[in-house]
Amino acid sequence: MAFLDLRDLKTHFPIYRGLIARRRIGSVKAVDGVTVTLRKGEILGLVGESGCGKSTLARTIMQLVRSTEGEVFLEGKSLSQLSSRAVRAARVNFQMIFQDPYASLNPRMTVFDTLSEAIRTRKKYRRKEVVAKVAELMRMVGLPPNQMLRYPHEFSGGQRQRIAIARALAPEPRLIIADEPVSALDVSIQSQILNLISKLCREMELTMIFISHDISVVRYLSDRIAVMYLGKLVEIGPASEVVDRPLHPYTRALVSAVPIPNPQLERQRQRIILQGDPPSPLNPPVGCSFHPRCPFAVPACKLEVPELATKEGDRFAACIRIGEI
Amino acid sequence: MALLEVENLRVSFHTRAGVVRAVDGVSFSVDPGETLGIVGESGSGKSVSCYSILGLIPQPPGRIESGTARFGGIDLLDCKDSELRRIRGKRISMIFQDPMTSLNPYLRVSDQLVEPLLVHEKISRRQALKKAITSLEEVGIQDAGRRINLYPHQFSGGMRQRVMIAMALINRPEILIADEPTTALDVTVQAQILELVRQRQKDLGTAVVFVTHDLGVVASFCRRVNVMYAGRIVESGFTEDIFAMPLHPYNAALQQSIPALHRKGEPLFTIPGAPPDLSRVVSGCSFAPRCPFAVDLCRNNAATLEEPISEHSTSCSRVLRGEVTDLRLKPALAAV
Repeated sequence: MAFLDLRDLKTHFPIYRGLIARRRIGSVKAVDGVTVTLRKGEILGLVGESGCGKSTLARTIMQLVRSTEGEVFLEGKSLSQLSSRAVRAARVNFQMIFQDPYASLNPRMTVFDTLSEAIRTRKKYRRKEVVAKVAELMRMVGLPPNQMLRYPHEFSGGQRQRIAIARALAPEPRLIIADEPVSALDVSIQSQILNLISKLCREMELTMIFISHDISVVRYLSDRIAVMYLGKLVEIGPASEVVDRPLHPYTRALVSAVPIPNPQLERQRQRIILQGDPPSPLNPPVGCSFHPRCPFAVPACKLEVPELATKEGDRFAACIRIGEI
Repeated sequence: MALLEVENLRVSFHTRAGVVRAVDGVSFSVDPGETLGIVGESGSGKSVSCYSILGLIPQPPGRIESGTARFGGIDLLDCKDSELRRIRGKRISMIFQDPMTSLNPYLRVSDQLVEPLLVHEKISRRQALKKAITSLEEVGIQDAGRRINLYPHQFSGGMRQRVMIAMALINRPEILIADEPTTALDVTVQAQILELVRQRQKDLGTAVVFVTHDLGVVASFCRRVNVMYAGRIVESGFTEDIFAMPLHPYNAALQQSIPALHRKGEPLFTIPGAPPDLSRVVSGCSFAPRCPFAVDLCRNNAATLEEPISEHSTSCSRVLRGEVTDLRLKPALAAV
């Protein structure tokens, strides 16, 4: 049985116009039919440009936004059916790490307050036990426990992200969704946090969805990579294969747009530069949503929405021309 | 001959928490038409060095303590405001990280584009407008004649950065300072903008000073690189040499900690600790507390930038003395 199972998940945000006679004029299809399953202990990397729906997908899985259609199953139980109260109780099993450690920690709560609140969500511990648990969590993420009475502003960005990670781990979850956890950090701090995340995942057998716009970070950390474009997955497969031998034209462009820190390689490589910006999810192009920017598009691409289908073994891509290009 | 020559620039900020030495003795030069990268983490002083050359540091709390910036016979750090105004936006111009906050949301793009022309040249408004439309076309904005009348919010992030570039280049400056111009953009749009800057640079022969924290962008884009750490340049040289043969432990460690160069599962190299607090005076090399090669001498003696190999300089005294030759870090040093 799959550990996490997303079935045709859709999250649409309605748009209204008019102050008095309000009428619905359409909807933003932020997540538009995502189907994917994760094994226990797997790390799935999710990449895409801003506005493609990565974060909305994360929030939908977390049930912070309820899906319009489709269902989320965690260990066989549907989360989408639960009442909001039941979701809150169930959330000890799935936690989230956010991008900005400056905004996601309460500035008026000490590290102890933040972590102990999260620890108590699973069980009513006695105060002594809580103190011991907070200290253990802090050690786990590489913070000295004697700093538990400090406030977030007394820590640097990297340390704050460690606190945020500790908070996510406090209720002993089995699934972690990390939404760009290293994007706001400096390069030298980024690698510290990535090492920490990868160590914790291994030791605690966590299942994780790791969201990033940086395909090299995702490649380093994840088992599989899913590429998202305008609310849909366009490619999914084993991490190194997706990056080294991308199938979908969008993945190819995305990989080739990332500058490699090696001047010699940089000069030799062929670059695909996409024209224009990602289209608005308010009225996505008909047919394949990538066709207006795709260098390989043919008239048939405008006619139907390509399905995510097996291309070779465990690799999937949504493009009708994979065999030809 | 160098177009711009900055020597021994020191900039500090006098705050309530003390004196922050943001830039501490920085010297570099820019040749005509070249691309110079300035790379470093946040707080390393890369932006402050560029801002102070153009007199854009708010004083107080900022103060330029010492240094010269020679540009065509004028010292930009010691000249009249009126003189600086004639250069800024005309012979040296700048683009910023966030195109939304650097364009005026109240003004149409047309008004903002013609402003540098009207200020610096004897030109009628109608002619200026015509030039502005051409400049928008040159940065790849289609239907420029109509879109010039729009407001900044009606453009996407990438398009706004194109408008900024058009505005910065409209007077055909000799130097364009680009402060993290692609950091706020998606990688696909970043590739477009880099290609555009490269193209316009070729057309106009403008020198570009490219400030970034992204070593990948530096590798693909710059001819020479200055690596900055804690307000100082720690290594400087041609891009190929900086990457192929790092001469400073910070540069070496930075490159080895990039996930792109690692296989999955293999621990990333990390630089332990965090950058130093610049309000405290550090005797000796500022990287010493985090450096795996540091010895007592590093902590006590000030580090100065020297050139052991022609056109490739480092401030690491151990490398300069020949005590350390292999800067590759052992995996065992990777801390969590």
